[in-house]
Amino acid sequence: MNLPILLKRPAAIQKRVLDGARYLAEHRMLLTGLLVILSLALVGPIGSMFVDVTLHRPLSGLFSAPPSSTLPLGTDTQGRNIFAVIVAGTSLTLRVALLAGSLGLAIGAVLGFVAGYVGGIVDTVIRTASDVLITIPVLLILVVFAVSIKGLLSVDTMAITIALMAWMGPARVIRSQVLTLREKAYVHVSKASGMNDFEVMWKELLPNMLPFLAASFVNAVIIAVLSSVGLQALGLGPTYAPTMGMTIYWALQHGAVLAGMWWWWLPPLTVIVILFIGLYLVATGLDKIANPRIGNTS
Amino acid sequence: MTLDYLIKRIGIFLLVVWAAASINFFIPKMAPGQDPILRALLEATQDGGVAGDAMLDIAKEYRVRYGLDKPLWQQYVVYLGAMATLDFGVSFVSFSPVREILLTRLPWTIGLLGTSILIGFIVGSTLGAIIGWPYSPRFLQGFIVPSFLFSAVPPYLMGLILVYLLAVTFTVLPFGGGYQAGVIPGWDLEFILSVLKHAALPAMALVVTDLGVRALVMRGSILSLFGEDYIKHAENRGLKGRRIFIWYGMRNALLPQLTWLALSLGSVAGGAIVVEAVFAYPGLGSALLVAIQGFDYPVIFGIVFLVILSIAVMTLILDLVYPLIDPRITYRKKS
Amino acid sequence: MTGNILRVKGLQVYYDTREGRVNAVNDVSFTLEKDERLGLVGESGSGKTTLATALMRLIKAPGQIKGGEVLFDGKDLLKLSNEEMRQTRSTEISMIPQGAMNSLNPVMRIRDQMIDTLRDHGVKRTKSEFRKWAAELLERVGLTAEVAGMYPHELSGGMKQRVAIATGICLDPKIIIADEPTSALDVVVQREVMTTLRLAQKELGASVIVIGHDMGLMAQFTDRIGVMYAGKLVEVASVRDIFKKPLHPYTQLLIASLPSLEAKEVFRGIPGRTPSLLNPPSGCSFHPRCPKAMDHCSRLVPALREMTTGQSVACHLFDETTDSTDSPSPNGKGELQIAGSSSAAPHH
Repeated sequence: MNLPILLKRPAAIQKRVLDGARYLAEHRMLLTGLLVILSLALVGPIGSMFVDVTLHRPLSGLFSAPPSSTLPLGTDTQGRNIFAVIVAGTSLTLRVALLAGSLGLAIGAVLGFVAGYVGGIVDTVIRTASDVLITIPVLLILVVFAVSIKGLLSVDTMAITIALMAWMGPARVIRSQVLTLREKAYVHVSKASGMNDFEVMWKELLPNMLPFLAASFVNAVIIAVLSSVGLQALGLGPTYAPTMGMTIYWALQHGAVLAGMWWWWLPPLTVIVILFIGLYLVATGLDKIANPRIGNTS
Repeated sequence: MTLDYLIKRIGIFLLVVWAAASINFFIPKMAPGQDPILRALLEATQDGGVAGDAMLDIAKEYRVRYGLDKPLWQQYVVYLGAMATLDFGVSFVSFSPVREILLTRLPWTIGLLGTSILIGFIVGSTLGAIIGWPYSPRFLQGFIVPSFLFSAVPPYLMGLILVYLLAVTFTVLPFGGGYQAGVIPGWDLEFILSVLKHAALPAMALVVTDLGVRALVMRGSILSLFGEDYIKHAENRGLKGRRIFIWYGMRNALLPQLTWLALSLGSVAGGAIVVEAVFAYPGLGSALLVAIQGFDYPVIFGIVFLVILSIAVMTLILDLVYPLIDPRITYRKKS
Repeated sequence: MTGNILRVKGLQVYYDTREGRVNAVNDVSFTLEKDERLGLVGESGSGKTTLATALMRLIKAPGQIKGGEVLFDGKDLLKLSNEEMRQTRSTEISMIPQGAMNSLNPVMRIRDQMIDTLRDHGVKRTKSEFRKWAAELLERVGLTAEVAGMYPHELSGGMKQRVAIATGICLDPKIIIADEPTSALDVVVQREVMTTLRLAQKELGASVIVIGHDMGLMAQFTDRIGVMYAGKLVEVASVRDIFKKPLHPYTQLLIASLPSLEAKEVFRGIPGRTPSLLNPPSGCSFHPRCPKAMDHCSRLVPALREMTTGQSVACHLFDETTDSTDSPSPNGKGELQIAGSSSAAPHH
C-alpha cells in the first residue's frame, strides 16, 4: 500500500486527489453507482446531439411506428419520437429527483439538527411528527396534494411537494448523529473557548456529519424518485412533460403492453431501473463507509 | 408488556389516524382557488340534464352536511366525526356511498398485500440469512446480486416486466382484472382458481421486490450479528452449526427485521396501490386510479384514509407483537 | 512426561492484516499436568487470548494456525476434523469466556442455553429432566434454581459469569480454560467467582488454564504461572518461584509493579510500550525495554529452556553457552534471527 516515491510530492492537493482516487477504487459499489448516475445525466446533453429534442412532442412523426434506422426507438400512438422523449425526459426525471432530494435533505437536516441540539419539547415534537409521518405512505399524501392543485402541477411543483414528505429519514439520522456528537469533548472545548451555539454547529459538528448527510441525501433522492414515479403512474404528474413516469403512464393508458409496443414503455422503464440501481449502489456504498461491518465481502 | 409501552403505541396510532384525517381535510382547503371538491361539483353541475340535477342536490347536501357555510373549526369537528364512522360521503361518479364501494374492494387489497408481505418476508428473510451467514456455500451467497437488483426496482415496474414476459410473450398468466370475465364470483373451485391466476402476476411483482429488500436487510443484520460474543460462545461450547445459525443467528436477527418491516409498511402499501392500478386489480389501487381520472374526490380521500388506517392498524399489531418475541422490551422502555 | 494431559509444541498463530503479517502466537510450547492449575499472564496483545482460542481451534480468518501440535491425551487437536473438534469442545476441553456480559444469547432463557450444550453433544433427556438438571447445575455454582428461567439481562455480571462456569463444566471436561474470568467484576464478586471455579475444578478433577493479567489473583489460585510477552512464553515457573525469584527481567518488572501493603513505595510501571506485533523488535522482543539487555539480545531470539530448578525461562542472561543454540526460528522478520547476522534493522 505504499505509494511509489515518485508520487510523494510535497503538494497537498496531489495527495488529496490520490487519496480520493484510492478511496473510490476501494469502494467499488460507490464508484459504480456514481458512474451509472453520471451516464444517465449525460443522456440529455449527449443525446441532444443526435436528435432534435423538440420531437418529444406529439405529432412529431408517424404514429405507432416501431424502431427503425431513422426512428431508433420508434414513435407512440400520438407521434412522439420516443428517442427524443428519452433524451428530453431523463434530465427532467433527474432534476425532480435531485431537487426533491436536496430540499428534503435540507428540511430534514435543519429539523434534525434543531431537534438534536436544542432537545426538550422541540425535540419531542419533531420526533413524534417524524415517527407519525413515517408510518404514512408518502405516495398517498402526495396524491392528496396533487389532486388539490391539479392544474398547477409542474415538474418543479411536484419536486417541492415530494420534498415535504421526504424529510423524515434525514431528520432522524441527523438528529441521532447530533445527539452522539454533542457530548463529545471537542464541543465542550469549543463552547468553553467562547463559540456560540451556532458557530459550534457549523464548524464542529457539520464536518463530522458529512458521511451521514451524504447517505441521507441519497436516501432522500431514492424516496423522491420512488414517489414521483408512483405519482406519475397514477397519472398525477405534470401532464405534458416527457418524464419517464408520465411516458409509462400514457403507454399503459393506450394499452401499449398488450399491443406489443414495447418500444414505448420499455425504454423509460429501463431508464428508471438504471437510475434506481445507480442510486442504490451509491446508497449501499455510502452505508459501508458510515458503518463498516466485520467480515463484509463485496 | 408495560402499560407505558402500550399507551405510547396506541397514542401513536391515534395520532397517525388523526394526522391522516387532518391532511385530507386541510390540504384541499388550502389549495389556491376554491375548495377543489366544490369546484368539481359546480363544474359538473354545468352539464345540466339528469346528472346535472342530481349534482345540484349533492352540492346542496354537501354544503349542509359539511357545513361549508359554518366556520372552519366547526367543519373540522363535523368532519372528524364523519371520519370516525368511516363516512366518506358519496361518489361523484356513481352516487353510491363511498364506504360501500371501498369496503367491497378492501378485501382484495388486503388479500394481495397480506400474502405478498407474508411470502416476501419469509422467503426474503431466509434467503438473506443464508446469504449473510459466513459458512454458507459460496454459490448461495451469490444470490445477493439478484436480491439487490430486485430491491431496486419499484414493484409496478417489476410487474410490467413480468407481464411482458409471462403474459404477452409467453401467455402463461392473465393480465388485468381480479378474475376471468364471465366467471361468477362464489366459493367454488373455478372462481378460486381464476382469482389465484389473476392475482399471480401482481402478487409476484410485489413479492419479488419485497423479497429483495428483506433479503438485503436480513443479510445486514446477520453480518453484524455474527461478530457478537454470544455467537462466539456458542461455537466455543461446540454447538452444532445449524443450531447456531437458526437459534442464535436468525432468531436474533428477526427482531430488527420485524422493526424494519413495520417501518416499511408505508412504502409497501404504496407500491401495492400502484401495482393494483396498473393491473386493474379490483382493489383500492385501481379504484384510486379511476377516481383520479374522474375527479371523484370523495373516493380519492376515502381511499387515502382507509389505506392509512389499515397501515396504522397493521403497525400497531406489529408493535404489540414485538415485545412477545423480544424479552428485553418488557423491562426496558423503548427509546 | 507422564501425567500431562495437554502438550503444546511450537504453536504458531498468525493474522494476515492489510499492513502485513502479525505473529500473535509465536512458537509457544508448554505442558499442562492433570489436576494442575496453570495461569497465563501478560499484557494485552501478548497473545494469551489468541492462544486460548487456538487451543479451541476457533481461530478465524484472517487468522490462521500455522504450525505446531496440540497434543491432548495423545491426539493432536489440530489434526481433528471439524466435526470431531466440535464434539471435543465442552466434553473434553471447554472455555469459559471473557466478560460473560455478552456471551449469553439475550433472547434465550438461561436454562435453554445450557441445555443446548447438552443436546448438541448427544445427551437425550425429557424436557422436565433437562430442567431439573439445569436447576441442579446452577445450584452447584452457587446460584438459585430460579435463575434457570431468567433471561441474561436480568442477571448481574457475577451471576452471568457463574452461569458461564456452569455451562463450562456441565459435561465434565478434562481441561477448563478460563479467559479473564474476573475482568469487569468488582473485587468481592471476583473472589466468589474464583472460589466457584476452584470448587468446580476440584469436583471434576479437571485441569485449568486461567488467563489474565492480574498477578495477584493468579497467585491465589494457580499452581504454576506462564508469562507471555509479544506472542512468546518468556517464563514458566511455580507460583512460589515466580514471586520469590523471578528470572526473566520482564517478570521481575511485573512483580515489582504490584502494589504491596507493607512497602509504601512509588508505583513502578514498566517503561516503554508494548511492542507492535507487526514489526516486532529483532532478537528478543523485550530487549528495547529490558534493563539488563545485552548486545546480542537484539540479534538472537532466546529459546525457552528449563533450568535445574524446574523453572523455564527464555532469556540470554541464562545462556550456559554463548553461541547459538538459541533457535533461529523464523518469525515474521526471519532474517534478523540468524546466528551471527549483523544486519539488524533499527527498531522503533
